[in-house]
Amino acid sequence: MTLVAVLDYGSGNLHSATRALAATGAEVVLTADVDVALAADGLVVPGVGAFAACMAGLEAVGGPALIRERLRLGRPVLGICVGHQVLFTEGDEHGVLTPGVGVLPGRVAELSSTRLPHMGWNTVEAPQGSVLFAGVADERFYFVHSYGVHAGPFPDDVSVTWVEHGGDRVVAAVERGVLSSTQFHPEKSGAAGARLLRNWVDTLA
Amino acid sequence: MSVAIRVIPCLDVDGGRVVKGVNFTNLRDAGDPVELARAYGDQGADEVTFLDISASADGRATTYEMVTRTAETVFIPLTVGGGVRGVDDVDRLLRCGADKVGINTGAIARPQAIAEIAERFGDQVVVLSVDARREPDQPSGFGVTTHGGRRSAGLDALEWARRAVDLGAGEILLNSMDADGTTAGFDLAMIEAVRAAVDVPLIASGGAGTVQHFVDAARVGADAVLAASVFHYGTLSIAQVKAGLAEAGFEVRIERPIA
Repeated sequence: MTLVAVLDYGSGNLHSATRALAATGAEVVLTADVDVALAADGLVVPGVGAFAACMAGLEAVGGPALIRERLRLGRPVLGICVGHQVLFTEGDEHGVLTPGVGVLPGRVAELSSTRLPHMGWNTVEAPQGSVLFAGVADERFYFVHSYGVHAGPFPDDVSVTWVEHGGDRVVAAVERGVLSSTQFHPEKSGAAGARLLRNWVDTLA
Repeated sequence: MSVAIRVIPCLDVDGGRVVKGVNFTNLRDAGDPVELARAYGDQGADEVTFLDISASADGRATTYEMVTRTAETVFIPLTVGGGVRGVDDVDRLLRCGADKVGINTGAIARPQAIAEIAERFGDQVVVLSVDARREPDQPSGFGVTTHGGRRSAGLDALEWARRAVDLGAGEILLNSMDADGTTAGFDLAMIEAVRAAVDVPLIASGGAGTVQHFVDAARVGADAVLAASVFHYGTLSIAQVKAGLAEAGFEVRIERPIA
């Protein structure tokens, strides 16, 4: 059975992510143990709240080194929401820069739309051939965030899905080899999110 | 394309049971909030809100268990309000599987609670629930109430909304105590006034009776529309409301079967 580890570093609603992943048929373990998280077939990095607070929590459990090691070993990682944001180079909160895990190039910054947080079900622009969005490229997903990654250009091996909100165009999801991440919450995106999680879990087998 | 207008059913629960009558067919137990939340999810609800009206500690404990069970099977955002005073209540609800927490009287009693919750869990977790009514003495003409609309809090509704957003509220649930239960339509002037006062997402509540009422609320700036009885009694379905919104030109999310 495919084993998915959800990294528990004390942030937010981990219950829903765990249950939604279990609903795909995977065995799911919620853990802060780096060895367990390294050995699992897939690792999910959740996260809510502020970028700097999330990075601090992640560092406290050895998360950044764990993520880099898994990617070096070719072992899949899925970041969700702030767990997606911290994969980038750095986060900018009110002019204060916090280094991220740095496995994706880019800066996380506040959205410019007047209506924040960007909250609710939005459409996305997924690239041709996306594995994550197979069968659900035309569906809506649940977003709730005020920060995001605006601009590329990204290296050729980074496949980007975009979302638009109030004139802002930001990264909705990234696929780069064994690294995947979503700004939205697939575990809260109904049937579409369930399919996306299953698409990811299917790559782990 | 942009974010869809959210349609949100609200369930009043006491001791883990839905207390306002619910008249659905095909439900084994119409009082079970988990089964109802799932039914609404299947119908295409964009979120579900639970309002915990339990007065006792036992009732609250049962609510936590209910939230846990709901989050196990319903994979859309879940807001829980009622009796929230501060960070500890929020922490517990989030751990059970809530995504957002409504705070009302607790914030009026101690506004700093909003800032504390937002700082710990993020603005997006804090839904300021405002029970407002027409109060000519207030500068805006709209005042905040407590105790289910029976007592004036002595606060101007617009001032309170602005202050709460400054403190870190990520969303406002505006419930008209004048319109609540009338099915005569939302208080559009109040929605419009609060919309103009704050930039965070705004949920309109109170007074929904027809599909047109929901369309009217969206027209004056509501990002989401919440209702209880029209959905519970089967007067309107979530799909009917969304079809009406779509016909009026608003974007909605259509939940469809996915292989």
